[in-house]
Amino acid sequence: MDRPLTGDLRSDGGVLDLAAYEKVGGYEALHKVVREMTPADVLKEVTDSRLRGRGGAGFPTGQKWSFVPMGDDAPKPKFLIANADEMEPGTFKDRMILEGNPHLLIEGMILSAYTIQATNGYIFLRWAYKVAAERITRALAEAYDKGYLGKNILGSDYSFELHLHTSAGRYMCGEETGLLNALEGKRANPRAKPPFPQVSGLWGKPTIVQNVETLCNVPPILRHGAQWYLGLSRSEDGGTKIYGVSGKVRRPGAWEMPLGTTMREILERRARGMREGHSFRGVLPGGASTDFLVEAHLDTKMDYGSVQAAGSRLGTGLMIVLDDKTSVVGMVLNLERFFAQESCGWCTPCRDGLPWTARILQGLLEGRGRPGDLERLEMQTRMMGPGNTFCALAPGAMEPLQSALKYFREDFEKLIPKSDAA
Amino acid sequence: MLTEQERERIREEAGHYDYAQAACVEALKIVQEGHRWVSDEHLKEVAELLGMSPEALDSVATFYNLIFRQPVGENVILLCDSVSCWIMGYEDIRAHLKERLGVELGETTADGKFTLLPMACLGTCDRAPAMMVGGDLHRNLDNGKVDEILGRYRQPPET
Repeated sequence: MDRPLTGDLRSDGGVLDLAAYEKVGGYEALHKVVREMTPADVLKEVTDSRLRGRGGAGFPTGQKWSFVPMGDDAPKPKFLIANADEMEPGTFKDRMILEGNPHLLIEGMILSAYTIQATNGYIFLRWAYKVAAERITRALAEAYDKGYLGKNILGSDYSFELHLHTSAGRYMCGEETGLLNALEGKRANPRAKPPFPQVSGLWGKPTIVQNVETLCNVPPILRHGAQWYLGLSRSEDGGTKIYGVSGKVRRPGAWEMPLGTTMREILERRARGMREGHSFRGVLPGGASTDFLVEAHLDTKMDYGSVQAAGSRLGTGLMIVLDDKTSVVGMVLNLERFFAQESCGWCTPCRDGLPWTARILQGLLEGRGRPGDLERLEMQTRMMGPGNTFCALAPGAMEPLQSALKYFREDFEKLIPKSDAA
Repeated sequence: MLTEQERERIREEAGHYDYAQAACVEALKIVQEGHRWVSDEHLKEVAELLGMSPEALDSVATFYNLIFRQPVGENVILLCDSVSCWIMGYEDIRAHLKERLGVELGETTADGKFTLLPMACLGTCDRAPAMMVGGDLHRNLDNGKVDEILGRYRQPPET
């Protein structure tokens, strides 16, 4: 089984119900864990597997969990939350699992919650995923009926309550602390860190927020062991990754492959290269908030360290391809408008800087470019860079802009009229 | 006024949490199920049920793209305007929808059938361009497909 996340998905797009999931080994890990593993054992296995977050930031999962206070004196209740608010433009990977195999997520959540001894959990789902909502609701009922959820799971002394929360559409809800505020029924503004959610999260209690794909890796790790999981990867970090491609390629889609597969292999073998009449110019490797990479980078491995060394981020691992017929400046304007609209407005650089950025780009496209515009855009990338804003939204928004100015500068320059003063 | 059934559903949602406020987004969606949008009157009623000030609830209501504080039509069209759909032809689909419906983005057709809204990434970028109509997802759109979809919603209900 070299595709533990998607290998069991039905080819007709239907959902695996509880019986079908159990038939392919589902909930075996849970049986094993509650019978013979302590939370510390599970934490060690997940740490050894070198699983890292699949939502964009790539934080080592075991390390994140190790910050949660444990023992009888730890604050209660503790929470585990699945971040299923997939809203990063160009990203459509969690949808596959949520619609096709919701029990994989549920089992992953129970196992993760057990590790940190959380008693309550939420699946924070975006509103647009209607089919997923129905299927998760049914799967939760099945899991409760079977004793996988609720009080004294499988006769153990461990209990875990899990609920589905559907949101109402806002990119900020995908930010860890914004999500916590949203669950509490407040605006999804980010919170100051520290304190980190692992110590003081939902309603001030220890909380782990984890991306859907990350959580879905936990059952296979515990069923087959960390060594097996490391062996799936072509990278220093463990496991597979759901990669995907959108844009003008022959066959857009998403595929689970070994972590560390090269960009070229994904683009040429899976997406089958560019459409007739289009050629490749660049790619956002992991969603809207990652730096462009170009032709020279195509042999880069799509893992955390390699993409970073190439000057971008693995992000969500879903690529957006820029072709030669698409306007670079237009594409960057589209991205910056998205970020400007989705900014929560909590901090000034983001609230004012993003619309300003979008206005400059729009001016360029409408023939109102002025000398100094590129310098003004570069200033924005510094003003909204890491450390100057409350959360990662604006720094993320600057990544495609700063890299477009670097790799496609002539596309911007030709929109600025030559000085007529001479 | 909210119906007694709506009030009961909101109380039930609030009962799932230690703090009633946590149910406020769910409560606003319950209002929209019955009334399509959230009026000032309904907002005040929900705030009272959840022990919030109307201002606090409005700060949440106005935060979300899908909580409507203005009237919308029978079917809300959410046209994805994010990057992959933009590359794959969002602007052409938008022009076609505006022409067919005779409205700009943010407006409702004269017959009250459709409201046309832009929407951030719908998470189906491999089958762009995409839109949702009345909660149903439609993908790989072209002008012909848009016409066919609109036609389905325009047909009088069978008796």
